[in-house]
Amino acid sequence: MTTPMTFGDPRAVSALVGRVVRAAGKLTRRVTLMEVCGTHTHAIAAAGLRRLLPPTVRLIAGPGCPVCVTPVGYVDRAEALARRPGTIVTTFGDLMRVPSSRSSLERVRAEGADVRIVYSPRDALQIARENPEKAVVFLGVGFETTVPTVAGALAEAEADGVGNFMVLSGHKIMPPPMRALARDPEVQVDGYLLPGHVSVIVGSDAFAFVAEEFGLPAVVVGFTPTDVLRGVETLVGCLAAGTPKVVNLYSRVVRPEGNTTARELVSRFFTTSDVEWRGLGTIPGSGLAPRPEYAHRDAGLLEVEVPEPVEPAGCRCGEVLKGAIDPPECPLFAGACTPSSPIGACMVSSEGTCAAWYRHERLAAGGAR
Amino acid sequence: MCLAVPMKLIERRELIGVAEVDGVRREVSLMLQPEAKLGDYVLVHAGYAIGVLDEAEAMITLDLLRQVAEAGEAR
Amino acid sequence: MKDPERILLAHGGGGRLTQELVRELFLPALANPALATLSDSALLEKLPPGRPALTTDAFVVDPPVFPGGDLGYLSVCGTINDLAVAGARPVALTWALVLEEGLEIALLETFVRGAARAAREAGVSIVAGDTKVVPRGKGDRAYVVTAGLGVVPPGRDVGDHRVKPGDAILVSGPLGDHGATVMACRHKLGGDGLRSDCAPLAGIAELLLESGAEVHALHDPTRGGLATTCHEVASRAGVRIVLDQASVPVRQEVRGVCELLGLDPLYVACEGRMVIWVAEGEADGVETLLNNHPLGKGTKRVGRVEQRASGGAPVVLRTLYDTERPLDLLAGSELPRIC
Repeated sequence: MTTPMTFGDPRAVSALVGRVVRAAGKLTRRVTLMEVCGTHTHAIAAAGLRRLLPPTVRLIAGPGCPVCVTPVGYVDRAEALARRPGTIVTTFGDLMRVPSSRSSLERVRAEGADVRIVYSPRDALQIARENPEKAVVFLGVGFETTVPTVAGALAEAEADGVGNFMVLSGHKIMPPPMRALARDPEVQVDGYLLPGHVSVIVGSDAFAFVAEEFGLPAVVVGFTPTDVLRGVETLVGCLAAGTPKVVNLYSRVVRPEGNTTARELVSRFFTTSDVEWRGLGTIPGSGLAPRPEYAHRDAGLLEVEVPEPVEPAGCRCGEVLKGAIDPPECPLFAGACTPSSPIGACMVSSEGTCAAWYRHERLAAGGAR
Repeated sequence: MCLAVPMKLIERRELIGVAEVDGVRREVSLMLQPEAKLGDYVLVHAGYAIGVLDEAEAMITLDLLRQVAEAGEAR
Repeated sequence: MKDPERILLAHGGGGRLTQELVRELFLPALANPALATLSDSALLEKLPPGRPALTTDAFVVDPPVFPGGDLGYLSVCGTINDLAVAGARPVALTWALVLEEGLEIALLETFVRGAARAAREAGVSIVAGDTKVVPRGKGDRAYVVTAGLGVVPPGRDVGDHRVKPGDAILVSGPLGDHGATVMACRHKLGGDGLRSDCAPLAGIAELLLESGAEVHALHDPTRGGLATTCHEVASRAGVRIVLDQASVPVRQEVRGVCELLGLDPLYVACEGRMVIWVAEGEADGVETLLNNHPLGKGTKRVGRVEQRASGGAPVVLRTLYDTERPLDLLAGSELPRIC
């Protein structure tokens, strides 16, 4: 082999597909594998991997897109904060077009609110330093990969006395919804592809419960096509042999114990809370809220008028997020609800199952509507 | 929620570093990965190093892929 | 008092300060007889034979100066390029400014020098201009609005109406350099190899169109990049376009920026590249021809045109893994993401 091997190498992908097909030959029924990370949804769709899998292996997306599971009420509150005098709202780009009850951050900015896109919470902190007379609110959305970066910015704010930097926490953690899914009779999942970068923080040991408590196999995988396919191959092998276990296939960055520095920083600032997951309802202990001693950093405590949230009628995002239905089974899909005029959050984020389906599956060569 | 890129740490001053990938550089915070050393490949997410690439493990995985690809071509 | 260092409202008033700006900054930099008459309208020489082409553009860019260009250079290149991809030889340009009170005159000089340089490189004159000034806070430093007049020589016919199944699609160089460079500046990414591809394409377009190759259509993939351009053509020509991911050239630094910010190079703007539709069989010859031009290095075939299947996606990417996926039309501009 003359050219160097890479994690996206087509020859390796082709060979791995062959191995998946052979492993699937030992299955006695069709199996459903779920990934729970928006970045996995995106990576799988971008490479067209689903189309390479044999018909007995079904790959679905679960509630792994933090933007998609953010309740409408959170975006409503973010907008209200944006309209609040003397306030700058800073956010990741992902949230700009999410529809709220009546509007979106993009539209509110057009009306004159100061809303700025940042790549890093540190950039938001810098904006706070540069605008000491304003309240600078960072929209904290994201799972365990992202929360430590927000905690890091809070630590810097505390150390440097940047009093006007606050966070509106919409952060959530992964194990509780996975437990809820595993217990939900509507959800038929045989194995999990585990989020590689969440695992960098929490450690592969944190997911041992999937096999121990629920008897399901799970693999920690990265985001390149070879990573995903090695994961699928391993899961199919476990299912054919009837041996549920949790395997770390992303050992080049994931350790069993994860990143303790990051987790300690998170527990300094945040504590678990019961929060609503859009489409899934409230899941106990699945959210992160600022600790009482950091109330001065909690933008959720700022007084703003937030209207009653309006959930769109007919939207079946919840069932899509659980993997109970495919997007085309929602009556709004590709009709009233499209990426350019999204109704539910599953369509807004490019990681959302519906958006990914619309973009990549709907009109695949020879595919039906 | 996991867009993170391995980047080589080329400069460091206390908890702030500069990391580089494909000729593109950015300042990164090392607050979450204080033990990172110059020359390490750090995993960068939202401006922070969240992990360090274990190069030996990476090579093992690449070797595995090479074997798989060769076996695949031989079939 | 010495000369002002910043633009004042009076600079847009038509009086002494305006005239000083014109005589001391614009005229010397843009030097040409039509402009020098300073009349209300520029009177041109009789147009060469062929079909007149007219285009207009508006420009605003953040940051206003970036590696490889500035607002002035960008605005003149963009206008020239609109004419070039229509098959028109540029004849004359206009260049109008809306300046924000407080703009540093040194920055304005940079824009003017940039515009003059682009005009010189393309061999075309800026024959008319205008300057207005808006109060501080009511403008984003500077907006430029242009018009470009050109002539399509007799017998030349390029346009989407000529695109048909079987055509080959080429790009005249690596994609996304401009957009990635500008995004990198905005999000504090550095890189010595990051440089806008901004350039006037009149010369390379002429080379191509005079070569005898059967060229059907040309476009410059600005906002929304190659994928968006392909959508426009597929829609107007009623065809299906298939792009080959392995063939699409993207420089390493541009890939790096895109990876870090979560952007797709297929949707990132270029300001000095052509997308070329030619008859099948012409692709190799065109590739060789353009690679020999300084602005065509890296010219590569990237796709083909097919019959549109009913209900099928108009623009499709053949991935590295031999799977096909639709390339959708963006809802808005690409935003950096972390997800």
